[in-house]
Amino acid sequence: MKRSNKPIFWSLFGAGGMLSALIGPMLVFLTVVAVPLGLVSKQTMDYPRALAFAQSGIGKLAVLVVISLFLFHGLHRLYHTLHDFGVHIGPGAKALCHGLAILGTLVAAYLLVKLGWG
Amino acid sequence: MSAPHTYTRPIAGWWRRNPFYRAYIVREMTCVAVIAYALELLVGLARLAQGPEAFETWLARLARPWAIVLNCVALLLIAFHAWTWFEVMPKTLPFINVGGRRVPDRAIVAAGAIAAVLASLLVLFAFLYR
Repeated sequence: MKRSNKPIFWSLFGAGGMLSALIGPMLVFLTVVAVPLGLVSKQTMDYPRALAFAQSGIGKLAVLVVISLFLFHGLHRLYHTLHDFGVHIGPGAKALCHGLAILGTLVAAYLLVKLGWG
Repeated sequence: MSAPHTYTRPIAGWWRRNPFYRAYIVREMTCVAVIAYALELLVGLARLAQGPEAFETWLARLARPWAIVLNCVALLLIAFHAWTWFEVMPKTLPFINVGGRRVPDRAIVAAGAIAAVLASLLVLFAFLYR
């Protein structure tokens, strides 16, 4: 019997769900609400600081993990929610959802490599 | 031979009939906010790689009123996701026994919420001071 790939995508869904539950609200608040509104200093996310973060090992890991796991979580859940709206999901929708998450991960990895190591 | 025509009961709008179903659909749709935020960060990363001007333009676009409104909606949805995630943890985790007794559901939910607060404070500290 062919082995199911369900555990892989289920684990990535769970890991992304846990990460976004633990730090998602704070990340969203800081990066796309507090900084644009000026609730915190602009210098917390200006070009030099963002670049230094993306060029450090821990920064690269953090950015890659957040983008990748959030995508795997969100797209896996979207794939199952389509069913609840009466969309008959099949291998195509599954490949599209998981494929987009894999693509997003690869693009993020490529950008992080391109940004170099300072 | 034509394919058999099986009757499929229409399901459009089923979730609007019951508050429990509505909450379920809102919970499931939080995934849209999680995906949108990941893509937002990915665009920011691409702009960062393009240089200072592109990155500053991206930051300025985040400050447009409708971007702020959408991101506030995303914040609410992701906060709702976080709450529901810990709320169902007693069901999604295997039974945990401590000293021969099952850890009560409330303790698991509370532990998740406390972990989220601590992790968020760590992120806040790193974001502001590191």
